[in-house]
Amino acid sequence: MRKQYETIIGLEVHVELATRTKIFCACSTEFGGAPNVHTCPVCTGMPGSLPVLNKKVVEYAMAVGLATNCRITRHCKFDRKNYFYPDNPQNYQISQLYAPICRNGFVEIETAAGKKKIGIHEIHMEEDAGKLIHDEWEDCSLVDYNRSGVPLIEIVSEPDMRSAEEVIAYLDKLRLIIQYLGASDCKLQEGSMRADVNLSVRETGTEKLGTRTEMKNLNSFKAIARAIEGERTRQIELLEEGKSVIQETRRWDDNKEYSYPMRSKEDAQDYRYFPEPDLVPVDISEEWIEEIRSKQPELRTVKLIRYKKEFDIPDYDAEIITGSKHLADLFEATTAICKKPKKVSNWLMVETMRLMKELDQEPEDLTFSPENLAKLIELTDAGTINHTVAKEVFEQIFKRNVDPEEYVEERGLKTVNDEGALRDAIAKIIASNPKSVADYRNGKEKAIGFLVGQTMKEMKGKADPTMVNEILREILNG
Amino acid sequence: MSLMSLTAAKLGKKIKDREVTAVEAMEDALKQIQEKEPLLKSFVTVDEEGARKRALEVQQKIERGELTGPLAGVPIAIKDNICTEGILTTCASKILYNFKPTYSAEAVKNLEAAGAVIIGKTNMDEFAMGSTTETSAFGVTRNPWNLEHVPGGSSGGSCAAVAAMECPCALGSDTGGSIRQPSSFCGVTGIKPTYGTVSRYGLIAYGSSLDQIGPIARDVTDCALLLEAIASYDRKDSTSIKREDYHFVKALKSDVKGMKIGIPKDYFGEGLDPEVSSAVLEAAHVLKEQGAIVEEFDLCLVDDELLTSKNSSSFGEDKIHPTRYAIPAYYVISSAEASSNLARFDGVKYGYRAGEYEGLHQMYKKSRSEGFGEEVKRRIMLGSFVLSSGYYDAYYLKALRTKALIRKVFDQAFEKYDVIIGPAAPTTAPKLGKSLSDPLKMYLGDIYTISANLAGLPGICLPCGRDSKGLPIGLQLLGDCFQENQILRAAYTYECARGKWNMPGAFLNRKGVIKDEETV
Repeated sequence: MRKQYETIIGLEVHVELATRTKIFCACSTEFGGAPNVHTCPVCTGMPGSLPVLNKKVVEYAMAVGLATNCRITRHCKFDRKNYFYPDNPQNYQISQLYAPICRNGFVEIETAAGKKKIGIHEIHMEEDAGKLIHDEWEDCSLVDYNRSGVPLIEIVSEPDMRSAEEVIAYLDKLRLIIQYLGASDCKLQEGSMRADVNLSVRETGTEKLGTRTEMKNLNSFKAIARAIEGERTRQIELLEEGKSVIQETRRWDDNKEYSYPMRSKEDAQDYRYFPEPDLVPVDISEEWIEEIRSKQPELRTVKLIRYKKEFDIPDYDAEIITGSKHLADLFEATTAICKKPKKVSNWLMVETMRLMKELDQEPEDLTFSPENLAKLIELTDAGTINHTVAKEVFEQIFKRNVDPEEYVEERGLKTVNDEGALRDAIAKIIASNPKSVADYRNGKEKAIGFLVGQTMKEMKGKADPTMVNEILREILNG
Repeated sequence: MSLMSLTAAKLGKKIKDREVTAVEAMEDALKQIQEKEPLLKSFVTVDEEGARKRALEVQQKIERGELTGPLAGVPIAIKDNICTEGILTTCASKILYNFKPTYSAEAVKNLEAAGAVIIGKTNMDEFAMGSTTETSAFGVTRNPWNLEHVPGGSSGGSCAAVAAMECPCALGSDTGGSIRQPSSFCGVTGIKPTYGTVSRYGLIAYGSSLDQIGPIARDVTDCALLLEAIASYDRKDSTSIKREDYHFVKALKSDVKGMKIGIPKDYFGEGLDPEVSSAVLEAAHVLKEQGAIVEEFDLCLVDDELLTSKNSSSFGEDKIHPTRYAIPAYYVISSAEASSNLARFDGVKYGYRAGEYEGLHQMYKKSRSEGFGEEVKRRIMLGSFVLSSGYYDAYYLKALRTKALIRKVFDQAFEKYDVIIGPAAPTTAPKLGKSLSDPLKMYLGDIYTISANLAGLPGICLPCGRDSKGLPIGLQLLGDCFQENQILRAAYTYECARGKWNMPGAFLNRKGVIKDEETV
């Protein structure tokens, strides 16, 4: 019989912080731009330049640490990690090894198996590297230092996860917390959140940890789940064959669904860490911690409880909406204007979700304003437009953030409340559909639906279907 | 008589009084340099064209009344590890042979704001690593007092230029004595300020936690003037300290009555040249005559848990001579920082890149092997070794603890004394070619200067005599952190009592022969 194995997983999660400027200079962190435009002597490692710490980086790191129940290091320091690579202009990275800003935290995750705490070993601050571009045509490499010096935090978990499901739940939790804090947009695809998976297996029931590997290049939750399964299988097969797992860094190829070694053990780097002499230690006072704590926004768990209490919306809706900070912000802002939480929730849950799926968008990509959604709800409730027209208008709000009042006005989409015009149209439909009229009169209730539809068509959709229904029945029953 | 034999203060006054112009002063500097450089080689780059242009601009500003300070129009030389916008800054290394910074160091900007006019860049030991200015990739600088001798280092070019009266003053940098030791060898005056007083922004780092830029001139007054000009709180340098007071000129009073001056007994042991010893003790005596309270004391440590083995129970038994550990601690810390600071010179972005290579690894290897000199490579290797995993605690961490300990020793000493007096170097300038053959011995020559860097203290070196060969002997005064004014006052008092100090300006006429020239 095959042995039973347990998977032990720990994560190293890099998160790009949403500061306006870089961690050690005043250059912009803006994404894109021509190569090397967002650079200066500091972030290109020019001789004689010196780093100056961006205070906002410390505050974001503290905020994430407090939200993940970490202890804040009161006297935190930076260290140099030495390694040669052209994307790293000084050939050392300023990071934290000996006194990282946060330690000993945890987050609580929930999976089908129930609730579980995942320990956070530490969170440290560091700088991102530039980007190498290999020009195959010219056979040369070029360096773009726009990303060099963009602030990162690295969140190192304890090896507390046992399955891909737990890993995804943990990442989702981190992502939500950080997004709620406004510390990062945490987009895996764009690299503002990157996860490296440390994984080992051991025979169920044994105490000793197996040899672990580190996997990189994981660009989506799905890739992470597949990589975990793939690496688990690979390690178990090795052990079953009597071979041993080598401690190494591997690169996951999501197309081939297999990981390949990046560095062999012989290349194992000695980073020769030592305290960064160009920066002074950061002394974090109790007052500063309290200030950050007091400014901490309402996080998801608390928000969810409040939604269930405060708004008359289904629990499921509350969970989906609070599942994205941006969506929750939209919901609350719109509700604040129109005071109709249930209707707002409906628009977000049905039409918004449908369009997002259709256009392959994330909630963070939504660009429409709460004002326009609120106006749309008002227009519908007042009967100015009917539901079919409202859906059409919403699509325009979703895509171009149009002002629904102007849009309806310009396109003449208002419901026609002129009863005379409506009665004329109905008379026309009755005259031209004798069979349906007869069917209805013979008790075929369904036939009325057809007649309503025909009338709406005649009215170019601008009639109130309820009214059409009423008038039709009045005439046919009369 | 050359304008360059004037001190900066006197030349500045003449310019201010419209007796001479900044342009005339610069022309004279360039003439002196042209005459003396073939023998001396104190400059790596003389920026003639730029210097003339800057002098003219400064003169116009003086005439418009926009520059009124004491340094306006005074030519100054800058050590070649201090960045100057648009002017080659090589650190005397092949690896930076073509590097023109797009920015000036904060200290240089401060000087320019005061109206000083940059002439060019002075020679030095490559990346400031050395004590003789012989490790420069661009040739050795000679000592103006005797061309067969070294000027000291690493700021040897700056000190030689000032001593030879190519210019009245210069900037140097001091990581382990690189201003004070060559000042001693060249008979000029130099200050290593308290760590954090002069911004390091734009100083190409050697040992970041020890480096300071400082002034080199022909007397204490000029040094105080220059220090006042370059010292500033700079937000671009996180280790810059906002001082309460940046006024140093006011300390120039000939008055040491009641000042407590300590002579560390252990400084005068074996290894110190007797001629140096007696000249320094004589200087201490002069200060005593001026009213200072001068006494000998033990600059020793009481007991030390950190450096003795952990399970040692013999508390108080181990007396540790701080200077015995200062040298190894200094070389461990400075080399460790240097190994990392110099990693950026890789041929990727600027500077020297090997001509032929295959792949990235070889490009790094060849560029760095060919671009760096022996001494620099030695220290990069030493530094990389002490930071390696498994050795970090034994070397680097221990060195950091020693550093803290040395600071403690000085803290205790400065509870009792205002100023500590001693030599700047154990000998006078050695002959060319003698030092590099035995680097370890060369390192031991730093014994009197490095503890000030490890403890962050200010120190001044000024001439106090000459040995039997006619070579100058330097007197070093150390003060507590931020007490530059104490050492300036003591140095100024000594200088007044000592009387006129002549410079070897006429050496050019008879190569290698010492003949004094009067300074004005």
